[in-house]
Amino acid sequence: MKDGFRQSMAWLHTWTGLVVGWVLYFVFVTGTAGYFHHEITRWMQPERPLVQSQALGLDESGVAVEHALTRLEQLAPVAASWRITLPQLAPASRTWQELAIRWEDMPQPGHDWGATGNEQLNAQTGAVLPAEAEPRATSGGRGLYRMHYVLHYMSFDWGIRIVGVCTMLMLLAMVTGVIAHKKIFTDFFTFRPGKGQRSWLDAHNAVSVMALPFLLMITYSGLVFFLFTYMPAGRDLLYGSGQDGRTAFADALHEHGEHNHAPIGRPLAPLAPMLAAAENTWGPGKLSSITIERHEGEPPEIVLARQQQGLDFWNTPKLRFHAETGEPLPEEPTPGGSAVTTQSVMLNLHEGLFADTGGRWLYFVSGLLGCAMIGTGLVLWTVKRRKRQGEGAHFGLRLVEALNVATVAGLPLAVATYFWANRLLPVELADRAAWEFHTLFAVWLGTLFYGLARPLPRAWIELLWASCAAYALLPLINALTTDRHLGVTLAQRDWQLAGFDLTVLGLGAIFAIMARKVTRRVGKAATQPPAETNRQPAPPAAAANRGGAA
Amino acid sequence: MSKNTKTLTAGYRWAVASRVTAATLGGYALTSAATVLLALIWPIPRAQALLSATMLSFAVYTVAVLWVFSTRSHLRAWAWLIGLTAVLSALAWAIERGAAA
Repeated sequence: MKDGFRQSMAWLHTWTGLVVGWVLYFVFVTGTAGYFHHEITRWMQPERPLVQSQALGLDESGVAVEHALTRLEQLAPVAASWRITLPQLAPASRTWQELAIRWEDMPQPGHDWGATGNEQLNAQTGAVLPAEAEPRATSGGRGLYRMHYVLHYMSFDWGIRIVGVCTMLMLLAMVTGVIAHKKIFTDFFTFRPGKGQRSWLDAHNAVSVMALPFLLMITYSGLVFFLFTYMPAGRDLLYGSGQDGRTAFADALHEHGEHNHAPIGRPLAPLAPMLAAAENTWGPGKLSSITIERHEGEPPEIVLARQQQGLDFWNTPKLRFHAETGEPLPEEPTPGGSAVTTQSVMLNLHEGLFADTGGRWLYFVSGLLGCAMIGTGLVLWTVKRRKRQGEGAHFGLRLVEALNVATVAGLPLAVATYFWANRLLPVELADRAAWEFHTLFAVWLGTLFYGLARPLPRAWIELLWASCAAYALLPLINALTTDRHLGVTLAQRDWQLAGFDLTVLGLGAIFAIMARKVTRRVGKAATQPPAETNRQPAPPAAAANRGGAA
Repeated sequence: MSKNTKTLTAGYRWAVASRVTAATLGGYALTSAATVLLALIWPIPRAQALLSATMLSFAVYTVAVLWVFSTRSHLRAWAWLIGLTAVLSALAWAIERGAAA
């Protein structure tokens, strides 16, 4: 650390990166999958129907809303609130949403909220839709995605703290990494393949710089999700620690007052003009939901909300009307000022729910580049040291090498077996969802032992081929166990389900390419004449490691 | 940072351990104090100021850690961390007292 600023930054980069690299790789793999977690869940619940309907025109919406109001009047004539959600391709889940109603009863004395209920209706006839067949028990894509911030086999509080510490170290590793590279822009255009450690460094630089804006954004915004858990000093001192302080702060920030509901019923004013107003304001098919409620001391109101889109995803524009007269009501100001706006933009950027299909793929690819950055960084650490220490290396180095192969090549294999378990475990199995996770972690642990037991180059090649097979065969397993296979999903143009099968085929191809590259490098290193090897000291282990980069 | 682990002296190891502790704990204390002070002096409603200051705190922490690892000696890092934390805390305390009085 006495060796000057850049050197101390490089030191900090190396060590912050190493200690949390494996956890971060897990976070990046599961988080990247999370950008498609609704699609993954759909695939993991093959019992769900293949439905794709059309959004309604203005007149049809009017009919649907009348059906919904009639049903709500039967079910909850006096309620705290009614909500009607129109049939649509729901932006957050990208799944088809039927006409739905939801109501909340008036709260019992001493309670803040009343009991709620919901139903789905046929938009044309108003008939109650039968509940969907109960799908198999699975945590689905959401379970995979949730692990990227709460991990598994531990409490929520521990999970978010561990991930928080790792994220902070990742932020440090990235900033120091940028500082340590004086020629970051030139380095970006430099790739010297087949040169062992140097090639690793070039690959690490290239993927890191390419995804740098995404990575900085995702890391910093990740910290903002649980910011008062990580940095509670301000809130504890200014508002008090504990639940009371938390509530006081939230009320002050969002300007919540006493929020008592007065009972409502079917509105007197006709809704058709309001639907027309919504279509005029937002365009056809953009109206998402209609809420009827009344705050104590105010007139009953009808609130029309636009579909979620853009960076104000969770705070969509609304139109408010008086439920008795149909008069428009003034807009409600959004509380919280620039601070809350900044926070919600950061969180929305992180979640990426606003992104359309193309944007979602961009997030996915950026996430994979993040995985590649961590993978190449971890391997670089061992290649550097293996070169210095040779065969008589420390056990620590051997352990890191095994952890690297088990993480970089083994974790993707483990994730693939999560999907295998979904198809192969008996549907009636008790704790089925938990066993899907046990499969993932058992396989992952297995790859660690495998990495310790096998010679390193062999472990890399074999685990990469295993990952390739595990992904490439998934569509086949799917076809053998369900009727939601490519033959059906492609014919029906169900791109979500077909997309899953096609994506895992693509992943299988990527692992095949990686495995072949490693095999070639190992073969080359083994057949090189000794003199050559001396001049270019890339031991087989170092060469073998290169496959993890792609 | 050294070529060979065998040449690392005990003194060097202690200096590194001290620096890591300074960065982790000392940096965190300094960041906490800075966050509170920033929340108090930011001229927007207090809850919003607190949210903004806390969102910024991770950047403050990052800079503090970088500084601890780049400064000349670990003792110097400790001295500055403790001194700055004390000054920022005292300022925050004085402002809060002044506002309450």
